[in-house]
Amino acid sequence: METAIAFWNILKKDIHNYYLKPPNISWGIIFPLSWTLMQLIRSPDMEIIELLPGLMAMSVLFGTTSMLAVTITFEKRAQSFDRLLLAPISLSTLVFAKLSGAIIFGMVNAFVPVAFARFFADLRGTNWPIAIIAVLLIAVTSALLGLLIAVSAKEVFEAQTFSNFFRFPMLFLCGLFVPIENLPSFVKPISFCLPLTYGTDALNRAIRGSSVFDPLFNVFIMVVFGALLFYLCQRNIKKNWIL
Amino acid sequence: MEIVSVTNLKKKYGDFLAVDDISFSIKEGEVFGFLGPNGAGKTSTINMMIGLSRPTSGQIIIDGINAVKDVKKVQRIIGVVPDENNLYGEMDGFENLCFCAALYGMRKAEREKRAKELLEQFNLTNAGKRPFRAYSKGMKRKLTIAAGIVHDPKILFLDEPTTGIDVESARQIRELILTLKDQGKTIFITTHYIEEAQRVCDRIAFIVKGRIVKIGTVRELLENAVSGHKLKLKVAGSLNGVKDELENHFQTLQVQIPDDNSILITSKERVALSPIVQWLDAKGISVYEAGEIKPTLEDVFIKITGNSCTKSEREKVI
Repeated sequence: METAIAFWNILKKDIHNYYLKPPNISWGIIFPLSWTLMQLIRSPDMEIIELLPGLMAMSVLFGTTSMLAVTITFEKRAQSFDRLLLAPISLSTLVFAKLSGAIIFGMVNAFVPVAFARFFADLRGTNWPIAIIAVLLIAVTSALLGLLIAVSAKEVFEAQTFSNFFRFPMLFLCGLFVPIENLPSFVKPISFCLPLTYGTDALNRAIRGSSVFDPLFNVFIMVVFGALLFYLCQRNIKKNWIL
Repeated sequence: MEIVSVTNLKKKYGDFLAVDDISFSIKEGEVFGFLGPNGAGKTSTINMMIGLSRPTSGQIIIDGINAVKDVKKVQRIIGVVPDENNLYGEMDGFENLCFCAALYGMRKAEREKRAKELLEQFNLTNAGKRPFRAYSKGMKRKLTIAAGIVHDPKILFLDEPTTGIDVESARQIRELILTLKDQGKTIFITTHYIEEAQRVCDRIAFIVKGRIVKIGTVRELLENAVSGHKLKLKVAGSLNGVKDELENHFQTLQVQIPDDNSILITSKERVALSPIVQWLDAKGISVYEAGEIKPTLEDVFIKITGNSCTKSEREKVI
């Protein structure tokens, strides 16, 4: 019970202090909108429904990685993170609480484009359970990636730079803009090493009905990525945060 | 009864030895001061004791618990006030205290009651609904201390509690420390203010370059500090050549002239004042005031760090 109280209050504090701030709310709306407009201007014949999986994946990726990396680095810099490390809760509870805020934020971000898309496209054929699972797993792996960055970065600007270093190559290699089958053969192996590739593929299946891999395979690979990233985060946290 | 026991504690950062084989113990209900210049190893020691840093070697036992192995068990019974005011600027005083209480698993009604009590105890009730970032430095420090005791810990670790705040707030914080001591808390305090340590601590350890160079009660440290007696005379008149003449006339005395209106006399034996006053009077120097100078912890610090600490390092301890 005591752990649950601490967990809930860390999550509530993060949502109140960081995620519900006006710049972040506007980011969650403006970012997907601008990408949609950009894509529609570039390819006017494109259907909204073709853009939706990519937009959802991008919204989650950008929302979770940047927020978690920046907020943790900010708290470490202000030493308020020490207060959390000094609490009699396990490191895993603390990590889960911090991750949960980012995951919730990422998932809410992902469904902003869906809310807009509802006005322009027929989404009745969407397999929502697969879409929700895919969004959740993209959020989990992206949040863990953000955490991995946060553990290594000392300054907020470092966290932002590291985030972009991972995010932008991922965007171009995961099949969002160019289908994987059309990528040059030497790039394809890199593409298969990115969790976002499988998340986007699962979303494609859920919304557009076509995918490279079976949805279950996508889910399995993303769970493996999640477990691997969690292990790396735990190892680096113990090494870097408790000196 | 010992509540904290530190044995052969070492901390290395690469090749730099921050804490060099220190051992000490703290009794229950005691205010134990850790005094030393900046960079002496105070914060490194405190961080190992509270679980924010791992010792390179050595043992820390807190209330019978191995603080190196069972960090989380120890964190349940200790309160920590870091040298930085690390509460959340966006949250108000009341919310900050409630949040800190929640980290220790306190339920809503219990933590709200405790937060109100502490705001009252620390004279911050009126500021309870103001964001922490709008507090003055002194108020921030008081709220940070309140946050450190929100879960009613047995042992409180205070890292530089009065550094960088105004005189009045520092005085209030020292009073709070003594109140907490009266409530039976064991307090470990690091400071580089000698006067503060002298006022609030029962026992003091001097740490220089990662090593404890002296440890004892304030009384023990003062008794061994300065051998002999020191007198300060406030005078009026020309003091040219007075030092040599006085030393020649009263051969057991050592004389210093710190400024144009003072004479400092040191002697191994007690000093009879009237012959000196008469002698000075005959030289046309009037004595207005005479007082014995009692040794301070600063004297102790200077004496014991004479060989192991540079002048500039000593000057960092005020």
